[in-house]
Amino acid sequence: MNANSKRSINLLCGMAAFLLCAPLLAQPLTVKVGVVLPFSGPGGDTVEREEQAMRLYMKLHGKELGGTRIELIKRDSKEPSGATTRELVRELIFRDNVDILLAGQFSPDAIAAAPVVTQAKKLLILVNAQASFITNLSPYIVRVSAASWQIAYPMGRYAIEKPGCKKTVVGYIDYAPGRDVLAAFKSGYEKAGGTLADAIPMGGPTGVPDFTPYLRRIRDQSPDCMYIFTPGGPFTLALARTYHELRMAETGVKFLGTGDATQDSILAQYGEQALGWMSGGQYTADLDTPENKKFVAAWQAEYGKDSVPDYFTVHGYDAMAAVFHVVKTLNGKIDADKAVAALKGWKHNSPRGPIWIDPATRDVVQNIYVQKVVKMNGRYGIEVLDTIPAVRDPCKELAIGQCATAASKTK
Amino acid sequence: MERSERGADTSGVSAAERFLKGRDGLRAIEALPWLAAIAFPIAFPDCALLGTHVLIMMLFALSLDVIVGYAGIVTLGHAAYFGVGAYTAGLVSARLGWSEPISGLLAAGIAAGAFGLVTGSVLLRYQHLALIMLTLVLSTMVFELANAWADLTGGWDGLMGIQLGPLLGLFEWDLRGLTSYGYALTVLMASFWWLRFLSASPFMQGLRGIRENRARMRAIGTPITFHLLIAFTLSATLAGVAGALFAQANAFITIEVLGFERSAAVLTMLLLGGVGRLYGALAGALVFIVAADWLAKMSPIYWEFGVGLLLVLVVLLYPNGLLGAIERVRAQCRRRSA
Amino acid sequence: MALSIFFDGIAYAMILFVLAVGLSITMGLMGVINLAHGAFAMAGGYLAVVLINRLAVPFVPALLLAVALVAVLSVPFERMLYAAIYGRGELDQVLMTIGLTLMSMAVATYLFGPGPVTLKLPGALDGTVPAFGREFPSYRAFIVGVGAAVFAALWFSFERTVLGAKIRAAVDNRAMAEAAGINTARLFTLTFALGCGLAALGGALAVNVVGLTPRFAIQYLVVVLAVVAVGGLGTIGGTMAAALVIGVADVAARYFFPGASAFLIYAPLLLVMLLRPRGLLGKV
Repeated sequence: MNANSKRSINLLCGMAAFLLCAPLLAQPLTVKVGVVLPFSGPGGDTVEREEQAMRLYMKLHGKELGGTRIELIKRDSKEPSGATTRELVRELIFRDNVDILLAGQFSPDAIAAAPVVTQAKKLLILVNAQASFITNLSPYIVRVSAASWQIAYPMGRYAIEKPGCKKTVVGYIDYAPGRDVLAAFKSGYEKAGGTLADAIPMGGPTGVPDFTPYLRRIRDQSPDCMYIFTPGGPFTLALARTYHELRMAETGVKFLGTGDATQDSILAQYGEQALGWMSGGQYTADLDTPENKKFVAAWQAEYGKDSVPDYFTVHGYDAMAAVFHVVKTLNGKIDADKAVAALKGWKHNSPRGPIWIDPATRDVVQNIYVQKVVKMNGRYGIEVLDTIPAVRDPCKELAIGQCATAASKTK
Repeated sequence: MERSERGADTSGVSAAERFLKGRDGLRAIEALPWLAAIAFPIAFPDCALLGTHVLIMMLFALSLDVIVGYAGIVTLGHAAYFGVGAYTAGLVSARLGWSEPISGLLAAGIAAGAFGLVTGSVLLRYQHLALIMLTLVLSTMVFELANAWADLTGGWDGLMGIQLGPLLGLFEWDLRGLTSYGYALTVLMASFWWLRFLSASPFMQGLRGIRENRARMRAIGTPITFHLLIAFTLSATLAGVAGALFAQANAFITIEVLGFERSAAVLTMLLLGGVGRLYGALAGALVFIVAADWLAKMSPIYWEFGVGLLLVLVVLLYPNGLLGAIERVRAQCRRRSA
Repeated sequence: MALSIFFDGIAYAMILFVLAVGLSITMGLMGVINLAHGAFAMAGGYLAVVLINRLAVPFVPALLLAVALVAVLSVPFERMLYAAIYGRGELDQVLMTIGLTLMSMAVATYLFGPGPVTLKLPGALDGTVPAFGREFPSYRAFIVGVGAAVFAALWFSFERTVLGAKIRAAVDNRAMAEAAGINTARLFTLTFALGCGLAALGGALAVNVVGLTPRFAIQYLVVVLAVVAVGGLGTIGGTMAAALVIGVADVAARYFFPGASAFLIYAPLLLVMLLRPRGLLGKV
């Protein structure tokens, strides 16, 4: 679908535009990028930072595009039902003639949009959605964020190999992403020769629970380590509070978690309660690389000294970097097949380190950093203990469950 | 049943006569919204998706009107029936591989209706706060059950693999949603006109009577619980059909279809339009969704405020909803000109 | 082990009690289904956060101040909005209070952002207290103390003061109470302010247990309403009994059977509500 017209005639709800949108004026070329994210959802602040990161990338790198201009069209997908995202994606494709879509904060949003982009032949870059099998659902989906298996599986192996977690208990919020993390960590842990002592579902994602009974259950089993997954924000903050109240740090049970537990933007609110927490994640603002330092400096120059980017922010930033790569490669004339081809094997020096898109799975390959919450220079920050380099999505490598079968299920 | 009808029907004319004449009589102006609905996708084919969404919620609100508006039962858990319908239609296709849409729709209506019959036979013994609480807890339980049973329902990640054959073997499900729009409109029209016909019937008159004065209706021999149960089952069936339309039009659902937010939203739509007048459900769904869409585009973070304010204002100033307000204005004009 | 869980359950129950008892009293007295109760609790939480974190008010005075402010703030709401829906049907009440809740969430998002906030505890409440040969978090012990104090104060003022007698009279039969010369309008305003103040206290106490976001206004609505319904409207003892049963059972279930779905936790609740629609200790 050609959408290079300088201005679509948007009368009659775009009816005319759909039929007549031949390139009326060819320059400057405008590439329309639809951004469908849950701005008004519970994680609205996180989502807003993703969009800010996209705009920051555009500001810093805008000149590289020459005459081509990128226009962001922002839509609010509200609740994670999938239905709203699907409706908005269809609307953006047919009414607004977007060329590229950035969407999928939550997995259901991406899953619901997959058949639409397949049928309409549009590139969809996943901004966050971490269910592994999503990239199997459409040849036009590319993931620059992360898959939950990519994060939890290597940590399962690492837990046994480095900190020596002989006895480990997993705690997770009981919904699809949590169960994914459990399965991945368990798989990695068992590959390395361990057996999980216990796996504790800690309630659903609709309300933050009182974590006391769960943490007590962990403590009473006196394991070496616990591995925890909860969504970031209100959950981890309440968890840190209860963890401190029960003096869990003094029991000698090591805390390991996903990157959500050590999200950079929340460390100041934890205070000393979460000191010593370890996590495996794809990014921390304290990463000591020139690329990251440049990024953090630019971020704080734009959005204030107190604003700290976190992994969501970098997902948004890299999603826009991928858009730029596509626009540059195709000289602004976006064709979904060529765009996907351009992204396959794309190598990029991201703030989170070197990333590249695996041409076989269209999934990002990236480092996983083992992080620890420490106090440094009078503030709370992250020390990187270890780097697990160039991790591919293990779910697809091992062909587990839906990662193997999802492709055949949906056309 | 027989007795109750006679009990409620004081005038002695048949339902068909009442439908054509009298208080609930048919008026020419009633063709207008339907003509508009048919013309809409022709004028704005790119808005068919939003239109389909509106039609589905109209049907859902309509189903709620049967029990809230006519029988005076307030529930905070109507999404349970919407969700049972949605999952029936979805599972029939995704798990059993049955792709014919209309039979899926009927199956969903039957499943939701059966669920309504079973739950209603218990719930309807209660009133007021107890009933509201029970519906809230019951729907929360259904939601949690769907989350626990994620192998079947897909849980938060959603039910994938809903695939539908062409409608009536003729119409493919196009991406722009014209087929879904026509499908949803047909189902809505059929349901609406059935209810519209029923609204003149002794049965619905009886429901109104129960809402106005239970004791008196009991005194004249209406089997109240039975009467309410029929209405509740009818309402659950229609809610299930709306859910099925939702599942089929989107070819995807998550357990969000069972959530409290949906129950609250549909109640809001109904109140907004006006309770107990069928057209209120249609107007309310339209205004709510369009307003939410508009507010969300203007300032996505704070669209909640606008919807909340609208609710408070409607309750305080226009307790009969938008249609009630319009009627009031019209009555005043008439009085003045007379 | 069992003792610790019992203690945790009691602490959780006390939060539920403080959150629910105000609602039980106002609903019992005025017959208004007030789904915006959580919004007042949220307001109390945010006020406490502002007072403590930004204005450096000490913890306990800040708590009392937040309660007083929300109670005062609730008066115009009662006079201007709630008074209009006293005689109305449940539908209007449900919807207006849902509307208020939505507005309060939007305002909270505007003022504080959608993210979570915490408040700093004084050192004495951040430690542990020894009892029965083990250590308990002192903040939870504080919550238990506050819950017990609220219960005692409410019970005393309801059973032993003139105001309490008036409220009980109005709950039982409003028309008769009015005929006996009780100014029920003023009584309603006072009681509503009391109920909202209690909500604010519950909200402020809960900040350090489950955190605080704008969604607080609806997140715990179901469980709080369940406590009210199981306890029976307008009964302080019933609300306490229901809070204890639900709180302790909930914590114990989460400890011993974390794998059991929330579905199973709601099932006995539903059963109680079916068998005792007027609450455990309610009048049948």
